[in-house]
Amino acid sequence: MNIVTTIFRRELASYFATPLAYVFILIFVALSGVFTFYFGGFYPRGQADLEPFFGFHPWLYLFLVPPISMRLWAEERKSGSIELLMTLPVTTWQAVLGKFFAAWAFVGVALGLTFPMWLTANYLGNPDNGVILAAYIGSFLMAGAFLAIGACLSAATRNQVIAFIITAVVCFIFLMAGSPFVLAAFRAWAPQDLVDAVASLGFITHFTSISKGVIDLRDLVYFGAMMVFWLTANTIVLDLKKAD
Amino acid sequence: MIEIQNLTKQFGHLRAVDDLSFSVGAGEVLGFLGPNGAGKSTTMKLLCGFLTPDSGSIRVCGHDVVNEPLQAKQRIGYLPEGAPSYPEMTVGQFLKFIADIRGLKPADGKQKADEVIARLQLESVVLQPIETLSKGFKRRVGLAQAIMHDPEVLILDEPTDGLDPNQKHQVRELINSMSSEKIIIISTHILEEVNAVCNRAIIIAHGRILADDTPASLEARSAYHNAVTLRFADAAKRDVARTAIGALPEVASTSIGDDGRLTAFPKEGASLLATVTRLATENNWQMDELALESGRLDEVFRTITSAGEAQS
Repeated sequence: MNIVTTIFRRELASYFATPLAYVFILIFVALSGVFTFYFGGFYPRGQADLEPFFGFHPWLYLFLVPPISMRLWAEERKSGSIELLMTLPVTTWQAVLGKFFAAWAFVGVALGLTFPMWLTANYLGNPDNGVILAAYIGSFLMAGAFLAIGACLSAATRNQVIAFIITAVVCFIFLMAGSPFVLAAFRAWAPQDLVDAVASLGFITHFTSISKGVIDLRDLVYFGAMMVFWLTANTIVLDLKKAD
Repeated sequence: MIEIQNLTKQFGHLRAVDDLSFSVGAGEVLGFLGPNGAGKSTTMKLLCGFLTPDSGSIRVCGHDVVNEPLQAKQRIGYLPEGAPSYPEMTVGQFLKFIADIRGLKPADGKQKADEVIARLQLESVVLQPIETLSKGFKRRVGLAQAIMHDPEVLILDEPTDGLDPNQKHQVRELINSMSSEKIIIISTHILEEVNAVCNRAIIIAHGRILADDTPASLEARSAYHNAVTLRFADAAKRDVARTAIGALPEVASTSIGDDGRLTAFPKEGASLLATVTRLATENNWQMDELALESGRLDEVFRTITSAGEAQS
């Protein structure tokens, strides 16, 4: 566990050693504000809650998580430092977890810095802070699932641009899986069980229920399982093709 | 002790390492030689557990690299080709990270870091990000990282590549100073390095061992071994000397090099120096130079690797 912590600390520090971290946080916080106030109709709704704020998170993550995850492994491959890391007395799992947790913590910091939204809602009215906390937890879990997908795909290539695009596409598929549009396409021919299965894979379905304050064990398990699955895949990909 | 048995690694159609077997003991400094693409780096990556062999086994200090990777990796210090590191970290941060990952206690790690910083003369750049350093410094940071935990086995892939002559000399001194108690494997294509630091050399091509010997015995395989080279200011006198030397019973052949020197090659097992010297004194030749050749490693290297080429 000590080794995971060491890798975690190194990775997290490396985000803040470049302007990437600050640019990311600035854009994340600014965009989430823009979405909430302009597109979400925060004021006209006349309700003291953060639903319009959280409602845009899946879409924000769709294009802000891939730039974080794309460098996780692709950069190590490109610079050759993967050879250094994997010849240190470190297991592949430890490396995968250390890097993943660092990326997750970093997005967590960005998410945490949106706290003025919460202050604003509390200043304007009396929102249900339990619901807001649940939504923050849900958003954080969803970010973890996005990052796990990105980490795995980053390990599959040495080209960061390819990692970015494929991650965005796969994340988009998972976002859309629960949408009426995709479900209608399946309903036309597929049995109900398959339609339900596809619907249950969608990020938005699970995130929406958490963000309404309903912390259902199934939603937590869903995001947990997504992370475990993609990080396992990440480990396997690395073990299979460390060198190329 | 490193034991490698029937090691094979295939990349697609290319058999990078082909049924390689050898072992290296403590106190040996093994030079790994071969043309580019011979399988040197691949063998080193297999040794360090970065690549997994298709077949065969590698044991490092009794630990199988495939089955007990962590135990094996703890005993190895490895400088990968090109000395990769984390460019955004400072030298100090990087060495601290390595110490932590190697499981050194903070106080111990600090002390070891200070030791290697002093040993590789990195004091002036401790606070600099690695990406801002020159090639020579980067290489030395990579070396510092590899020797920090005082490993039993040191594997260095082209340790002096990109260094200036002074730095090369320092690195060779460093290797020599550690050679008595460690197993050191160095890949290089600088042949003088083999003479400078190695007490054993393996020449490989196409993933197979073509020669495994001490540098001195390898030199002895050279046609130049025990040959005598003379330099004359006057080409006409040289040609007279050539005829005279060529007539000696011990001489197999004579040749004129590109630099105008006359070289006389002895017959198998014969010694020329005394005879040639006597001949020179008797005839009162005006020579600028008279030298006994110990052998030319580059020539042996070319002969061995091109013979290997012809076989495959």
